[in-house]
Amino acid sequence: MSELVFYLLAAITVLCALGVITRPNPVHSALFLVMTLFMLAVFYIILEAHLVAALQIIVYAGAVMVLFLFVITLLNLKGDPDEPAHPLLRIVAYAVAATLAAGVAIVLMGDAGVVPGGAGAGAVLAEGFGGTRALARILFTDYLVAFELTSVLLLVAVVGAVVLAQREPVAEAPLTETGEDA
Amino acid sequence: MQAFLDTLLGDAAGLERQLGYLAGMVVFGAVVVFGFVLPFAGIVTWAERRIWARIQSRVGPNRVGPFGFLQWLADGVKNILKEDIIPTVADRPLFRFAPYVVMVGFVGAFVCVPFSGDLIIADLNIGILYITAVTSLVVVGILMAGWSSNNRWSLLGGIRAATQIISYEIPASLAIFPAVLLSGTLSMQGIIGEQGAAPWQWHMFHSPFTLLGFGLFFTAALAEGNRTPFDLAEAESELVAGFATEYSGMRSTLFFMAEWGNLYVIGALVTTLYLGGWQVPQFTYNPVLMNLAQVGVFMGKSLACVFFMIWLRATLPRVRVDQLMAMCWKYMVPLAMLSVLGTATMMVALPNGSHTLRMATFAVVVGVVIRFAFKVRFHLKRARKLDYTSLSPGASQGLSS
Repeated sequence: MSELVFYLLAAITVLCALGVITRPNPVHSALFLVMTLFMLAVFYIILEAHLVAALQIIVYAGAVMVLFLFVITLLNLKGDPDEPAHPLLRIVAYAVAATLAAGVAIVLMGDAGVVPGGAGAGAVLAEGFGGTRALARILFTDYLVAFELTSVLLLVAVVGAVVLAQREPVAEAPLTETGEDA
Repeated sequence: MQAFLDTLLGDAAGLERQLGYLAGMVVFGAVVVFGFVLPFAGIVTWAERRIWARIQSRVGPNRVGPFGFLQWLADGVKNILKEDIIPTVADRPLFRFAPYVVMVGFVGAFVCVPFSGDLIIADLNIGILYITAVTSLVVVGILMAGWSSNNRWSLLGGIRAATQIISYEIPASLAIFPAVLLSGTLSMQGIIGEQGAAPWQWHMFHSPFTLLGFGLFFTAALAEGNRTPFDLAEAESELVAGFATEYSGMRSTLFFMAEWGNLYVIGALVTTLYLGGWQVPQFTYNPVLMNLAQVGVFMGKSLACVFFMIWLRATLPRVRVDQLMAMCWKYMVPLAMLSVLGTATMMVALPNGSHTLRMATFAVVVGVVIRFAFKVRFHLKRARKLDYTSLSPGASQGLSS
């Protein structure tokens, strides 16, 4: 039963992911990416990682992708399928994709019995696995340094954005007595 | 929910029990969505028009049914019968799909609304985060609607809505955390369970910091729901109807249902986090009676919040875009951080809480409310004293004859 659900959801996810790269219209692509990220959150729920699922939707589907969509719709980009990408770029893209696919395949072949739970299919989950408490404990003990460094990285990004967005102060034009610009 | 079903199912076991659970969940979910959520969105439009009318010394809709109560049904029938127009230049699939995304984001939130101790569709471990997550889908739907209409007003409306919702999500999520810190859980029932029936046992009055958190959460939730004074996304004087400009018939009704129904979600969230939820004193051991009382209390509190939002809409003017953004990033985000850090500090300094501080915060709020009530009473009395017919010369004979 759960395997059937898994394969159904996996098929939808793969279709959405294909939609991201095959749609000529950037808005459609971005919306397919939202769907894909949403489906990934569903898989996190299947894997009992409820908190990660919620964060995935809030951060990626809800915030990051909305910013993507925001920029795309604001620029009003139209898909331009006539202009082919640079040939070298195409080769690089194929090479990267092939490497990643090979990596995934190797890992999958390493785990015999690839089912919804992956390598952990037969494993017994610890009490409270995937819950807020368990995740927070790991985050604030074993991975504290990485966690804090990520915060610093985000802070640097914020400062950078503020610096980039800052405008030169414009001197205000003095008004004449009639209220027109001098 | 499961405990409540347990009492109903008695000692059925095995498959029958599972089927009983499933049937209970489906029936309750259907009752919530079709018996409460969708009619509520309709009824609240009628209530809103009546309340505005009262505030603005008008009559309001009073023709259809008693006090015009059936107006919302008449409007609904009218909207369903209208033609569903799709502009030729619109992006057809997205244009048609967008209202459903918005509806999913809105109806999905009701999965975690705790109507009483047992009546909740699913008390998720991450309840409050789940609601934040599904309601963030609404933005995607609104952007889709705005872009696919292929209309400048729609696009501007969609973009305004997106910036606003994304920005205010930050103070709103931060302002959730004082209540979560005090409860030590994200589950809706867990948060309510940490509060008591008496007002001073609510999270809102724990300390001045949680009071601040309550105010920030309420304001940010209003902005996230695109409500006045933050309804810039569909400011009719600037953008026709914003992202919903090109929509007609049932699709436009879906947008408005989501928007008005969202008032209840905001009210329910505020009630759960800061106003004690369904807590009532244990007056009986009959679970049905107890649940009925809890539903009554929860509804009372959340509907009071809805009334307050309607009142605000009739009172406040709309803010400008720059004011909206400045208010969010320059004031509300830092204040929300202060609220979270202050609550955490209080919890470390006074692990058991301070009863005196609670009562003092409560007393201050009660004092402000009483002062405000006197002011309202004063203005109402003053308004009644003015006899408008006597102000214009000739009114005494001219109007009556």
